[in-house]
Amino acid sequence: MYEHDVIVVGAGGAGLRAAIAADEAGADVAIVSKLHPVRSHTGAAEGGINAALRDADSWKDHAYDTMKGSDYLGDAPAIETLCKNSPYEVIQLEHWGMAFSREEDGRVSQRPFGGLSFPRTTYAGAETGHQLLHTLYEQLVKRGIQVYDEWHVMNLAVSDEERPEDRHCHGVVAYDVQTGELSGFKARDGVILATGGPGQAFDHTTNAVSCTGDGQAMAYRAGVPLEDMEFIQFHPTTLPSTGVLISEGVRGEGGILYNNDGERFMFERGYANNDGELASRDVVSRAELTEVNEGRGIEDEYVHLDMRHLGEERIIDRLENILHLAEDFEGADGIEEPMPVKPGQHYAMGGIETDENGETCVSGLYAAGECACASVHGANRLGGNALPELIVLGKRAGYHAAGKEMEPAQVQTGKRGEYETATVDSPVELGEGGSPGDAVADGGAVAAGGSADPDTLLEATVESERQRVDELQSGEGGIHHSEVRSKVQKTMTEHVNVFREEEGLKQALRDIREARDEYQNVRVMDPSRTFNTDLLQTMETQNLLDLAEAITVGALARKEFRGAHWRAEAQERKDDEWLKHTLLSWNDGSPELWYRPVILEGENKTYEPKVRSY
Amino acid sequence: MSTHPPQQEHEESPAEGVDGESSPPAQQQPDDTSVDQPSREAGRQAEDDAGSSYDGPTRHIKVFRYDPEIEGKQEPRFDDFHVPFTKGMTVLDALIYARDEYDPSLTFRHSCRQAVCGSDAFFVNGSQKLGCKTQLSELDEPVRIEPLPHQEVVKDLVVDMDHFYEEMEAVDPYFDPDETPDGELEEQRQSRENREKVKMSTRCIWCGACFSSCNIAAGDNQYLGPAALNKAYRFAMDEREGNSRKTERLETIEQEHGVWRCQTQFSCTNVCPKDIPLTEHIQELKREAVKKNLKFW
Repeated sequence: MYEHDVIVVGAGGAGLRAAIAADEAGADVAIVSKLHPVRSHTGAAEGGINAALRDADSWKDHAYDTMKGSDYLGDAPAIETLCKNSPYEVIQLEHWGMAFSREEDGRVSQRPFGGLSFPRTTYAGAETGHQLLHTLYEQLVKRGIQVYDEWHVMNLAVSDEERPEDRHCHGVVAYDVQTGELSGFKARDGVILATGGPGQAFDHTTNAVSCTGDGQAMAYRAGVPLEDMEFIQFHPTTLPSTGVLISEGVRGEGGILYNNDGERFMFERGYANNDGELASRDVVSRAELTEVNEGRGIEDEYVHLDMRHLGEERIIDRLENILHLAEDFEGADGIEEPMPVKPGQHYAMGGIETDENGETCVSGLYAAGECACASVHGANRLGGNALPELIVLGKRAGYHAAGKEMEPAQVQTGKRGEYETATVDSPVELGEGGSPGDAVADGGAVAAGGSADPDTLLEATVESERQRVDELQSGEGGIHHSEVRSKVQKTMTEHVNVFREEEGLKQALRDIREARDEYQNVRVMDPSRTFNTDLLQTMETQNLLDLAEAITVGALARKEFRGAHWRAEAQERKDDEWLKHTLLSWNDGSPELWYRPVILEGENKTYEPKVRSY
Repeated sequence: MSTHPPQQEHEESPAEGVDGESSPPAQQQPDDTSVDQPSREAGRQAEDDAGSSYDGPTRHIKVFRYDPEIEGKQEPRFDDFHVPFTKGMTVLDALIYARDEYDPSLTFRHSCRQAVCGSDAFFVNGSQKLGCKTQLSELDEPVRIEPLPHQEVVKDLVVDMDHFYEEMEAVDPYFDPDETPDGELEEQRQSRENREKVKMSTRCIWCGACFSSCNIAAGDNQYLGPAALNKAYRFAMDEREGNSRKTERLETIEQEHGVWRCQTQFSCTNVCPKDIPLTEHIQELKREAVKKNLKFW
């Protein structure tokens, strides 16, 4: 067994920033990650980091834009925390040497981004995430922080008191991909999940194949609620054949969207009369799909994004990476021709319920980054607001886990304070219900071992995970996990997409139920213990099942149109009824839906919901 | 991005899956007849599913196989796969298809599929390439896919990267200015020219292609190699970097296994998937080292 004060799971932007903060606060911290840190998907972020750095700008304007962008489903204390701290964290990165794009006077450049009232998006070409990830990893190396890379965390060691609010997380169980060794990692002070989003629940996504929401699924099963999972961002500009992202920076720099009739439809068809291409992402994605659905798409599939008029020099200076991506992954030359683009799954606004210090309702368990929901993005994330979340909330989680004194959080977690319970009108049984299978093959519930001492609990969790691996690898016949995964991805992309309707969502739940049942017969075909990616992906697929279901349940229950969530049956925002967060608790295998009011009261003002127009 | 190929390929499977009969390439002395059981099973399964209905275009890939603990794979061999071909298909797409449809034990690293995570550098038809940005249509058949040379093979196409990481970390790969501005919100300004100077060097994705292509690194296990030297360049040329760290780093790179080992063969520059002028950077570091020594003597 390994032992540290703080264990960080995942080594993208949030995980690295959390580890650095915990180290600064004096903790013995280690990172456990299924990928080497520089392979993390933060590296694929392109556009930038929003920060109110200039005199003419203010964090208050950033907070207002973010709340409006969230369609009033963000919690004001979390949003204000993000916006106030982002400038400090951006400058911290700058002091760590990050290669930001620069102005003539040597200061950090900023550009306009969708939904922003000021050009406050700092960037490093169109490879901001890559530069951020490598800068943070450099600082990790400088501090000598230990990394267990290519160790896949399989489960959390959480005690099993009846109420999740009484449980405690003592560590994790991880699997060394290279050797097949299973081991417990005891965390004396805290475990921080920074495992990224569940993008692989969809089949047209900008997300890496490793984005399987592992931390979300593990936290969910340990009793931590998942929050606002139905809010999935579909990025308006992804390459049609692969889902590779074309940065919003292209539109920020002046790129224009055209339909097959050569119309600049964002204006000419009235989708966003003021901001046009720079309306919020959900608005642009719906506009594009509407164009395609009404027969004005190109090859009935996509629209064109044109940046030729920016000129070769400006393109190379600020968007060079986009030229390479369009050429390598779509065969399009962005200097000579418009680029084909369509909406693709990009980001999960929801996630593990946390407060603005990254803490969940289970003591000793934290989450930060895309896997978490504080909530700063509400129903729709603004471009350029994901990276500041990693560094601001990652750092806070690191500090808090390491025991540094912090202001108490205003956002509540778990079933405390005001909340209401609800039921889901599901056509099939959810969760483990109806599955003939045993809990082990199904991923295990809360670890056996009760509220025993941490060592016993960890050993028991290691043992149950060992059994799970043995069962997945034993026997004859069976089906391959890729069949199950592909079924989930297809139904999610077909039914839980930009436009959602009741019958489609119910069909998705039926398909997910079927996939869950099939998973009972999944077998890992590779018998090896050495670098068994078959086993790794089979475990990931289990996680995707839980998350796909959570996304769809939230979407079916929410009968309104807010931010990224559009419903055919209810095409308007209903503030009287729905100014509340969706929460889903695993509840021993029988998912339970409940709601908590949104916090619109900020430090000095209340954000009154307004009509959201761009 | 999906782990699965376009839909049409699911509906029509290829006529052939694993082809254990073709002759092995001489170089690796593989034994094609000893395909392990799961692999054969999966291959046959794929053929059964396929029937003989698929008559679309396919591509023939020959993939290096090795697993230290599985009978039949302990001796390296090549497996042949015939995958349905669609326009735009990459080497990585072909490997994913072969794994998901024919042989789940086929093992390789991959993640982002957009040439930024640096996981999937392979030796493709005799050259180091990133699987995700290499079009099958540009390669002669059969396409030979092997692990990166000069690194220990863990399994199939997975190599042990530890040595590469150690070299990267040996050059103090982090920014360490003598002082930072007093104000918490004050920037440490950098000229556009200087940012441009280091820009290409910051694009490294740690894929290891250059290191694997380098004859010197192959012969001298302690040679820092092109990627680590490029990392050193990134800080050596940054006008904001502190002088003491710059000096220390220069000492590291001009030691016996540093810059002077480079014989300017340009193999690293030729294979770099991010077009970093590695050899030029190493040459510039040599000049810096000379300048520094002149200053002290």
